[in-house]
Amino acid sequence: MKMKWTSYPYLLWIIIFILVPLVLVLLYAITATEEHISNLEFTLDNFNRFLDPKYFDVLWVSVKLALQSTVMTLILGYPIAILIAKEKPSKRNILISLFIIPMWMNFLLRTYAWLTLLGKNGIINFIISQLGFGPLDLLYNDGAVLLGMVYNFLPFMILPIYSVLVKIDNSLMESAEDLGANKFQVFTKITLPLSIPGIITGITMVFMPAVSTFVISRLLGGGQYMLIGNLVEQQFLWVGDWHFGSAISIIMMIFILLTMAITAKFDTQKKGSRGLW
Amino acid sequence: MKSNMKTLLLMSLVFIIGFSITGCNDKPTLNVYNWGDYIDTDLITEFEDEFGVSVNYDKFATNEDMYVSIAKGGTSYDVAFPSDYMIERMIEEDLLVKINKDNIPNMKYIDNKFLNLSFDPNNDYSVPYMWGTFGIIYNKAMVDDAVDSWDILWDQKYKGQILMLDSQRDSIGVALKKLGYSMNTENIDELQEAKEELVKQKPLVYAYVGDEVKELMVGEEAALAVVWSGDAVTMINENKNLEYVIPKEGTNIWFDNMVIPKNAKNKELAEEFINFLNRPEIAARNTEYIGYSTPNTAAKELLPKEVINDKVAYPSDEELENTEVFLDLKDMLKVYDELWLEIKSHR
Repeated sequence: MKMKWTSYPYLLWIIIFILVPLVLVLLYAITATEEHISNLEFTLDNFNRFLDPKYFDVLWVSVKLALQSTVMTLILGYPIAILIAKEKPSKRNILISLFIIPMWMNFLLRTYAWLTLLGKNGIINFIISQLGFGPLDLLYNDGAVLLGMVYNFLPFMILPIYSVLVKIDNSLMESAEDLGANKFQVFTKITLPLSIPGIITGITMVFMPAVSTFVISRLLGGGQYMLIGNLVEQQFLWVGDWHFGSAISIIMMIFILLTMAITAKFDTQKKGSRGLW
Repeated sequence: MKSNMKTLLLMSLVFIIGFSITGCNDKPTLNVYNWGDYIDTDLITEFEDEFGVSVNYDKFATNEDMYVSIAKGGTSYDVAFPSDYMIERMIEEDLLVKINKDNIPNMKYIDNKFLNLSFDPNNDYSVPYMWGTFGIIYNKAMVDDAVDSWDILWDQKYKGQILMLDSQRDSIGVALKKLGYSMNTENIDELQEAKEELVKQKPLVYAYVGDEVKELMVGEEAALAVVWSGDAVTMINENKNLEYVIPKEGTNIWFDNMVIPKNAKNKELAEEFINFLNRPEIAARNTEYIGYSTPNTAAKELLPKEVINDKVAYPSDEELENTEVFLDLKDMLKVYDELWLEIKSHR
């Protein structure tokens, strides 16, 4: 296939900012010392080191938290997407922008805001104590990290599901009702199956950043959470072992690719329709 | 075809602008790499105006991440502010250049106590900037026990009200001191014991923090915290319920010095900057602003009495009796890294 002229800048972009860094990460992962490029020492030690149970624990905790937040965003996001999709177009746009506008703000800033909300002398605890209950420990625990993830990634679940739902032809639902299906049957037989591509996209869009996050776990987890993203961060910024850090990144990438492959398979089995993106 | 060409041109233009947006400043630039909250930023502007240069000011949070950016990062810094043990390591690894002392006449104001220390025996590579200790800051309204020992950080009573430093040397050091060992130990058993202590302490800890500790303690979000002395001064100024203690088991005494990394691009200007920060009136203003303790005798004389008499910033000699300076760990560093990971990932 002959490529168009106009695609060259993109090609250049992909090579400089995606391909070259990926190759470098891979190169770091399979080499040992920082010798000159002419005498690189190839090794799989960096990967072997990850087989230690303590690193598996880190991986397990990260995956568990990411799965929990994915499930929670789905449970919260799906009904919201349906409600918005059912509105009149003018109202729809207003509602959907309510979910997009917070994303205009910097991600770090939004996460920092939770620190002041959840703190012992924060607004939420102030309201709780005004109602006569003791101050609660809301910050620096599992719940806070999970809340941070759900809050930050919820739009990534709502938007793809919403865009699939608004495209569903209303006459399908109407004819189902005409043929005697009740509301529940319309949902399980028509709406849900047709929205699966959106759900799959939503799941991958939430799971990927959730499993690799290190900022949310550090800010809202009070440095007590060592997730896989924190591990990579630590190797690069504090320990300076870029080889091991790269190996962990590769393992994480493989992991994400695997989960994507599994969800994609689930997708094609269902309807033969493709994901949104 | 014509429109295709146009699009291509447009896109190339975007690329070119994007790549050339950096580096259109012809003033000499000084790249400074310092700890967060560790300078009066007005002084940077004054330096820029006086010498007709522009200063790029970057910040780091721990010695370790400063080391990694200087040893591996692509950016070259002209002045950095590492602590004692890190200076030792950087000299060892040939990451620093010798300073030309003729260009820094103001070095004569530095108290002899802070010169020729073991990490840099002739001060060939570093000029003292600030010094201090770390200890426990606590809120008198929230803690009713006497605070004089590291043990209080393991007291069940204060569960969820203790803040530790998110810095491996310091936190492992606290546990080692509590157990009565040296903060520079290379004994694996002692280190394992220290790790067990920190794991045991973890359920009591509210969070492991860096500079956020100031807001948390001033805002009374926690009762006890391990902090550096200069930060303690700032916090006590903002909340009179706070008090700083050097535990009786002893603690760490540290020295942050200014150094010039090997890949510095503007060594003369770097020396000019170091000299500038050592002018008595400048050093005094800086010290008053950040709250740390100055090694500059002439600057100290210019400080208000209550600052000099503050035992937090300028503790007496007997209070400093038990203190230890961190030494470079060399190969043992790997063990510390592993232990810290085990502590942080323990649940």
